[in-house]
Amino acid sequence: MTTTEAPRPAIRPERESFRPVLRAEWTKFRTIRGRLIGLGIAVVLCTTFTFLVANGTHEGTCTGTGSTCQSGHPYVATGPDGEAVADSYQFVGQPLTGNATITVRVRSLTGVTSANSTDTAPSLAHTRPSLAAWAKAGILLRPSTAQGSPYAAVMATGAHGVRFQYDYTHDQAGRPGTVSVASPRWLRLTRTGDTLTGYDSADGTAWTKIGTAHLAGLPSTVQVGLFVTSPVSFEGSGSGFATQATAAFDHVSQGARGAQGTWREQSIGVQDFYPKLPGGGYHRTGGSFVLRGSGDIAPAVVEGLLGTATPSSSVLTGLIVGLIAIIVVAAMFITVEYRRGMIRTTFAATPRRHRVLAAKAVVVGGVAFVVGTLAAAVAVPIGEHVLKANGAYVFPAGASTMVRIIAGTGALVAVTAIAVLAVGTIVRKSAGAVTAGIVVFVLPYIVGSSMSGGAEQWLFRLTPAAGFSVLGALPRSAQVDYPYTLANGYYPLSWWAGLAVLCAYAALALGVAAVTLRRRDA
Amino acid sequence: MIDVSGLRKRFGPTVALDGMTFTVAPGTVTGFVGPNGAGKSTTIRVILGLDAPDEGHALIGGKPYARLPHPLHHVGALVDAAALQPGRTGRNHLLWLAHSQGMSAGHVDTAIELVGLGRAARRKAGGYSLGMRQRLGIAAAMLGDPPVIIMDEPFNGMDPEGIIWMRGLLRSLAAEGRAVLVSSHLMGELQGIADHVVVVGRGRVLANARVEDLVARASDDQVRLRTSAPDDAAAVLHRAGTAATVADAYTVTVSGTPAQRVVEVLGRAGVPFSEVTAHRATLEEVYLRLTGGEAEYQAGTPHQEARR
Repeated sequence: MTTTEAPRPAIRPERESFRPVLRAEWTKFRTIRGRLIGLGIAVVLCTTFTFLVANGTHEGTCTGTGSTCQSGHPYVATGPDGEAVADSYQFVGQPLTGNATITVRVRSLTGVTSANSTDTAPSLAHTRPSLAAWAKAGILLRPSTAQGSPYAAVMATGAHGVRFQYDYTHDQAGRPGTVSVASPRWLRLTRTGDTLTGYDSADGTAWTKIGTAHLAGLPSTVQVGLFVTSPVSFEGSGSGFATQATAAFDHVSQGARGAQGTWREQSIGVQDFYPKLPGGGYHRTGGSFVLRGSGDIAPAVVEGLLGTATPSSSVLTGLIVGLIAIIVVAAMFITVEYRRGMIRTTFAATPRRHRVLAAKAVVVGGVAFVVGTLAAAVAVPIGEHVLKANGAYVFPAGASTMVRIIAGTGALVAVTAIAVLAVGTIVRKSAGAVTAGIVVFVLPYIVGSSMSGGAEQWLFRLTPAAGFSVLGALPRSAQVDYPYTLANGYYPLSWWAGLAVLCAYAALALGVAAVTLRRRDA
Repeated sequence: MIDVSGLRKRFGPTVALDGMTFTVAPGTVTGFVGPNGAGKSTTIRVILGLDAPDEGHALIGGKPYARLPHPLHHVGALVDAAALQPGRTGRNHLLWLAHSQGMSAGHVDTAIELVGLGRAARRKAGGYSLGMRQRLGIAAAMLGDPPVIIMDEPFNGMDPEGIIWMRGLLRSLAAEGRAVLVSSHLMGELQGIADHVVVVGRGRVLANARVEDLVARASDDQVRLRTSAPDDAAAVLHRAGTAATVADAYTVTVSGTPAQRVVEVLGRAGVPFSEVTAHRATLEEVYLRLTGGEAEYQAGTPHQEARR
């Protein structure tokens, strides 16, 4: 060995200084075999618990027609984007070829609401007059009446004014106000190629454009006609009540040919999952049409009918168990160094202590992300498969939602691990850090998910439990009135907002950890 | 190479460092001795940037430790050989340290060879004896081939063979031109290897000198007299104006008078004596004399210096 007073030329500290620290921390992490085994166990536990939970879930969905809950579920249509949709309505229509303009006047729109909740058989004998806010009556155009197929419609609604809607999820508002004999609504739908445009008018002369839809690949001959539908009403209560709407139309004109073709009546979706009041129908007196119907043309949300099963709904227990394992690994990644005094060796090797913290955060966060993503990628499909095999209705999730759930789980685990690492840096004791990690990052979820009454909504907004929003996969829609509460399976925050709340906690913990590291003797 | 100047530090009501000042020159082994609680470990932690002093500074080659890029290339330190994660092999312990300094696994194998850890390096450190841990700690200190070596109590827990090896290693490191600082609470461990000693107590430097000078100063012409009549001998010597004390039933210690003169005085008075030897103090005695009033724990020889 030779004496060297000056730094060697091979060392370029200022520029490269983070990489060696990162590499050192990774070497530290991977050279403890117990840690790697622990991570493997976390994945196995998460998957096992997911399987057990899914396997223990046997109830199917209530059909809403009076039968009790049982295995198996009635048909739920799937929309153009793969989403679950309600597509049931009273329809009277005819085929139409080529470009056209359809005009109609809605003279009245009234409704009734069942007195019995959807748990019991609905009957027209037990109703009260009440029009659902999203009762719809208007012009519907679609390539076929197959449930879930594309469509465009211009309609009067119970409480949302005139709307132009297409393909279940798209909605544009027209003239506000309710329909009455004194104040009827004129509706118009034009087709030009695959472009559909909705208009409304108060007098049938001055027309206002509401919106335009492009239905790609629309065939030359389509079904067009009048429709009425009326969705389940929740009116603030947990249980739903089937409704029925009655609409009177006149001044029906269909382009140059007039409304003189053969009208054919259809009740669409009678046998599907959606609860309806019986007695829908249609009668025509000269140029006046009266339609009565029940159902909805909108995204299907839980609606108290479909159950809350999603591809990710069985993962929770397994995720909690896996998360606790990760919390232990993350906390001990630094607390063990304090316990053994090895932290001095670490800080003697890297006097810039915040770099050590950053490197540890990158290593433990990266590992936790991989482990969490891997566990979710294994557990989520297993859970979904078992749920379906047990007859539960599982809300379909698109590929992007699946990717978000799986990667989001990885992110949830990673951010939690980084935050717990910071807590470990602050408290320096394994038991304290693990306890604090569980209390702060797991307990709010457990408490919140077993609470009711509204306070839990705040737990899922303000505490690290918000991070669990990444698992949220239940559909929600502005076009469906439903109490989207935690009790009904909906997280109050969107997945990214929930993750942001968790990130804020992690950032806070990291900041405090960096300050204590700088101020404290090692 | 190491420049410690005016360090002061309190831990609550306890004064740990009270103006600690010394330097360590290249090519020497400097012993850093003092009773437990004297502030040795705290000083070393301050030098390594682990503890922040309230006042004063510690520099390595003119820079504070924290400003050294890849510090293990500048300073190798063995602070606490037990500071290992038991589940990791010795070699992997050195590997992460090497990686933290941008070094490769090749340096690790060189260091393992240097300390003679051999095949044990691939076993988990949890199963190491204290001596093996010391060797691993020294390998860690030597990893970056640094010009400054700092060792806190390196002889602790070493077997005799290890102690001999350690002494040889320290000497050869200094011979290569490195600045070597070795702390110990046992002066005897440093006799024969330290060129220089810094004796500390209660956070201050009590003596800072070459070993030769320190021993000579403490010996101050002591003469040991073996006699069957110690009281007579002492009385005679007193009358002749010489400081003499009866050490035990056969021994009288005389100071400030050469052996020649003692023999003359006793011969004239006819006091019998069998042996007169000029006494040379051991480093241990020097140390005890210096630290006698400073030791916080006079009895026993605790192995670990109390921290904080």
